[in-house]
Formats: sequence, structure tokens, C-alpha cells
Amino acid sequence: MSQEKRKIIPKKHPMPYQDPGVRCSNFEEVALGYSEETAVLEANRCIQCKNSPCIDGCPVGIDIPAFIKMIAERDFAGAISKIKEKNYLPAICGRVCPQESQCEAKCTIGKKNEPVAIGRLERFIADWEMAQDLESTPEITPNGKKVAIVGSGPSGLTTAACLGLKGYQVTVFEALHVAGGVLIYGIPEFRLPKKIVAREIENISRLGVDIRVNAVVGKLNSIDELLEQGYDAVYIGTGAGLPYFMNIPGENLNGVYSANEFLTRNNLMKAYKFPDYLTPIRVGDRVAVIGGGNVAMDSARTALRLGAESNIIYRRTIKEMPARHEEVEHAMEEGVQFEYLASPIEIKGNEEGRVTSIICQKYELGEPDESGRRSPVAIPGEMFEIPVDTVIMAIGQGPNPLVPQTTPDLNTNKWGNIIADAETGATSMKGVYAGGDVVTGAATVILAMGAGKGAAEAIDEYLQGSK
Amino acid sequence: MFAIVLKEELAPKIKLFKVLAPEIARKAQPGQFIILRIDEEGERIPLTIADFDAAAGTITIIFQEVGKTTDLLGIMEQGDSLLDFVGPLGMESEIENYGTVVCIGGGVGVAPVFPIARALQEAGNTVISIIGARNSELLIWKQEMNQISSKLHVATDDGSAGQKGFVSDVLAEILDSTQVDRIIAIGPVPMMEAVCKVAPESITTMVSLNPIMVDGTGMCGACRVEVNRQTKFACVDGPEFDGHQVNWDLVKMRAKMFVKEEKEALSHRCGEGECQCHRKNEK
Repeated sequence: MSQEKRKIIPKKHPMPYQDPGVRCSNFEEVALGYSEETAVLEANRCIQCKNSPCIDGCPVGIDIPAFIKMIAERDFAGAISKIKEKNYLPAICGRVCPQESQCEAKCTIGKKNEPVAIGRLERFIADWEMAQDLESTPEITPNGKKVAIVGSGPSGLTTAACLGLKGYQVTVFEALHVAGGVLIYGIPEFRLPKKIVAREIENISRLGVDIRVNAVVGKLNSIDELLEQGYDAVYIGTGAGLPYFMNIPGENLNGVYSANEFLTRNNLMKAYKFPDYLTPIRVGDRVAVIGGGNVAMDSARTALRLGAESNIIYRRTIKEMPARHEEVEHAMEEGVQFEYLASPIEIKGNEEGRVTSIICQKYELGEPDESGRRSPVAIPGEMFEIPVDTVIMAIGQGPNPLVPQTTPDLNTNKWGNIIADAETGATSMKGVYAGGDVVTGAATVILAMGAGKGAAEAIDEYLQGSK
Repeated sequence: MFAIVLKEELAPKIKLFKVLAPEIARKAQPGQFIILRIDEEGERIPLTIADFDAAAGTITIIFQEVGKTTDLLGIMEQGDSLLDFVGPLGMESEIENYGTVVCIGGGVGVAPVFPIARALQEAGNTVISIIGARNSELLIWKQEMNQISSKLHVATDDGSAGQKGFVSDVLAEILDSTQVDRIIAIGPVPMMEAVCKVAPESITTMVSLNPIMVDGTGMCGACRVEVNRQTKFACVDGPEFDGHQVNWDLVKMRAKMFVKEEKEALSHRCGEGECQCHRKNEK
């Protein structure tokens, strides 16, 4: 056996996927998950190297080699417990984390071959647990202190879980009618099934965490009022929910959506089931999605599934695209068209005010900018027009202003992001912490979770010290 | 769940609910709105708050049955519950002692004008109110408005109550004879636009916009309006704006975004066993 182990299988075991020709017209999950057999085989690709660089690549510090070893030994219950020591949302992270630039980027095997498929193994083990109905309620001794968490996205949920486990009485305030934040309104069903999110949230509720939906902090209660009402600390994880537009002519025509609106209609409100669900969505025959991030891919693939011809328009090239490679690849397989080095300068409409076409400026790549990516430079006079019925702006989101507006003592930067310590989440207000996209600007689920985790530890330290 | 503790029919197809929502009732201010969702399949719709009672813990909403969701809402009964009810959303009305304020409500727009007019009166203003409707049957809250107004004018399109004509005609007459310091107008878009045409630009004329919305918290941008040539989100920057600066053509155009779908939703399942509105209408 040890002889065999030495022989490295160069490639990851492939993930089984729904056929692109089939999935482009349904909202079922694209990736189907490893079987037990495949998971064990893949786990055996891990050589259990001494310095475990993968752990450093994980924003929440999961003991990756340990859980993989347990999978290899078929100790699945042990493996999920090991992950949950550090991560309370493994079924979600296994699906949406950019492992290729985190844990897997550091994998020793990955130096000469494909890295161990850490993300797929994490997903496998989380799904295995859900299938077993094994989730248990840990014994928690209440410590009598109350913490309010604003926002039930990945960051808030992680903080809630960490503090719930430590015995805090945690209340999570969510503005929408379902908990989960971007996991619910933003990421589509075909990439992250909502029943998986609901299940992970149930696990957090089981820790005694009270999740209150339809509660808009900043309107119903301010941060100061929460502190007055007896919360000993507050964590703000309100995310990046304010959509940006380009400020080009025609942007308010009917048929121009922010990606947030388009995805929220579809994911949260289930407009793809209209008219059984009453929220409408209209895509027409041809859609242009502006942007090159994961939100743009999600929008383009959603539009495709709603029956439209779907085009991504991105001002740089595929090399500079911020979206995960896997998402770009899936979009291409499904038939999304890509127009690189172009950006809209005007949207045209008919007399009814409906979008009819989009006019784009052609670009070429110039010198690298601060992000290290080569920046696009307009080619004078080179313009083209594409007839479209719908334009979806997926060029980024800013922090929602409701909380900062109503919390005068909370310091923010010029973009409206809350200023908070990167490690602890401490803000300009005593007892008030913040993390995730509202601090960093739009980033990833796992970074938001990492911030939530750091803040939970800092809140614990603060409240234990203040006893 | 949010219980409907009182249901009243104010006029044909115009109904009033008092909804038990103590936390919202404690915070609500004139000019703000709520978003509700009837059930799991329902859409989120915004309705401007018509009144609030912190002691009773209730929010009053008044709506006209004009589409699928308001039709479904109309067949709910006292004791039934709404699945979701969120608020108070939007900025509150600016209330100061301006001097003489004309408060104008058209159709169901009388309802959201009422708490604003009351607050203005309490702040020491002389409140002159104008309420209007197509006919006397559709006129709502005349008494309520009368109680908080120094003078109440009524206009109906057919002259069946008050003066024959539009609320904007009455406003023009008042402006001829009275020094007016501020105007508030809430109602159908053509009415608000007409009021803004009659009112001189020197008088701030606040209108309350009710565009298509999804979340109501600044997240989706569906409620984009142009004010003073700048794009604003009615849900968080409004819903009230100075009507002289509003791009009315855009407001009217964007309201038509889902006209086709709205019709489709109305006829969907209508007449089938599960459609209650059909049976109800035959009663």
C-alpha cells in the first residue's frame, strides 16, 4: 500500500457535472459532488506533507491534512468534526470558495501536478453529514452575555456560530425575509442550492442563535439603540449590497438591471418560477452582462437559463478576469459568449423606453495598474453596437449606507466602508465590531467568514475582560 | 407572521388594514413606507404608511386593488396574517413650521398624506388640504383630513363631491389668493405631475414616489428615479423628493417595466379552484 501511495496520481479526480447542454436550461446544481469511492481515492492523493502549507492558505485555518486523512480512512464523522472546529459552513465553502487561489494554491502536490481537490473533499464531507442526519446539538453553557449581529451573510453567520458555541446569547438581524445574505439573494441555485444554505443556517440556529428576519438595522433599530437595549457587543456584517452603475446615457431605460436586482429577483424571489411565484423578471432574446467577476458569470448563466442569448462584455481579457476560472469555464461550456476589451458607453432604447442596443468602446491593454492587471486603454474611434433587450450591470457593489448613516460615531472611509481592524474587526466605537465586505469592499465568502471568526474571538476577549 | 387586526372597506376596491407590527409602529414616522409579502410565492410590494399607533402596536395601510398582489391582499380578512412586513423604510418627511402648507392627496394618496399633514399641523403650520378622487364614492378619509386641516377642499372629476375638476385646479385657485410656503402632494403620477406644473418652482413641492421595488433597502436599484438630473434610489434617498426636480417621463416609463407580466400574473390560475379572487368577485 505504501508503495502505491508514493505513486502520485497527477490529476484531481474529476468532478461529475450536469451536462452543459442539459443544465443550460435548468436551475439544478451544476456540480454533482464526489461519490464516497472517489472521495477516498482523492483523499489518498494527499501525501500528508510535514509543513501543511494548505492550512496557511485557508482564511479560517482548517486542519486540512487531518480531515483529508480521516476521509482516506473512511472516518467521515471524524472528518466533518475536524472541519467544524474551524468552519461552520463547510457545505457552502466547499462549493463557492476560490480554493485555487487559497488552500489548493499552496498544496505541495500541486507544485508538479494538480493539487489535492480540497474544496471538493470539503463539500463531499459536508454533504455526507447532511445525508446522514447526524447534525447534533453541542452542549453549551450560557454565559449570560448578549451579542447582536447585523446581517446574516457568511460573515455574520460565522460570528454568530463562534459566539453561540462559546455560550453567548446571539441575535442576528436580517433585513430580508430569509437569512443568508448573498448566499440567498446573490449566488444562484445552480451553484449553491438554497436548501444547502437553509440547512447550514439551521445548524447555526441549533446553537441557540436567534435569527430575526425582516429586521432592518438602521431603520428599526440603530446600533446605538441595540447597545442601549442591553446588547454587550455588536458585530456589523452588512456586506456590499449597494449596486454601482456606470453613469452612461440610457442606464435608466427599462431593461437595465443591476446584477443585484436581476439576481435577487431570480434567487430570493424565485422569478424563474413566474407566474407561480409572483415576482416577474424579463430578459428578452439577448442579454449583455457588463463585468468580469463571479457576479457577472452568475448573471450571464442565469440569463441563459431564462432562455436568452447571453453575452459577457468585459473591458480587459480573460486573463485579467476576477471571476473564478471554473465559473468562466462553466459559462463558456453552457454557451455564454464573451466579448473582451470592450465597455459600454451608451445604451439605446425605443420610444417606449425599452433597451434596444448597447454601444461599446473598444479597448487595448496598456500598462499594469495598482492591482497589477494591465489596464484597458480606449482605442479612439473604435466603437460597435450590439442589439440587446437587457443589460445587466455587474461592475461591483459598495457598502450599504443604512447602518453608517444612522451611526454617527462609526468611522468610514471615502467609499463608505466601515474602518475596522483587519484582525479583530474593532471599529471606532467601543463594543462595535465589523467585518466582511462592508469593511473590505466586495470580496469572497471565505474572507468574510475569516473576518467574522477573528471578530468573534476579539468580542469574546473584550466581553470576558469586561466581566 | 403579522396579523391583520382590522379590515375596512373604504370605497370600492380600496381597503384599509391595521397590521400588528409593534416594533415598526414604535419607529414609524410620516412619509415612510413598509414592504409586505403575503405568502411564500408572493412578491414584495411597498406601501406608504397611512398611520401608526405605537401604543396599539399597529401600522395602518390603505391600498387599491390594481393588480395581482393587491387583489390577493383585498381578499384577506381580519385575523389573517401577512408572512412578511418590514419597515419603517425610506426617509421620513421633513416636518418644520413652514407657515402655510398645502397638503394634497389624490385617490389612495390621501392616506399617506394624512400623517404628514397631521405632523405639519402639530408643528404649527396652517394646513390647507385638498383631497380628490374620480367620484364621491372613491373619496377616502375626508373626515380624518378635515380634523387636521385649517381648511379642506374637495375635488372630484365628475363633481359628485366638492368642486368638479382636479386637485391641481383647486391648488391654482388657492395660489392666486393665498401665500403658500410649501406643498405636499401624493397620489397618481399624473396628479403629482400636474400639481408640480401649477406650483411655482419657488415653492418646494414634495411628492412621494412609489416606483417598482424589490428589497426597499437600497440593494437592487429597481427604484431608480432622476432628481435634479441625478439618479437616486427612491427607497433610501426618498420616497419624497421635490417634484419640480423629478424627471416625470422617466417615472412613468419605468412604471411600465413589467406591464406584460403583471397582466399574465392577473390571469394566472384565475378561475381555477385555487384562485380565490375569482370566487370572491362573483359574490
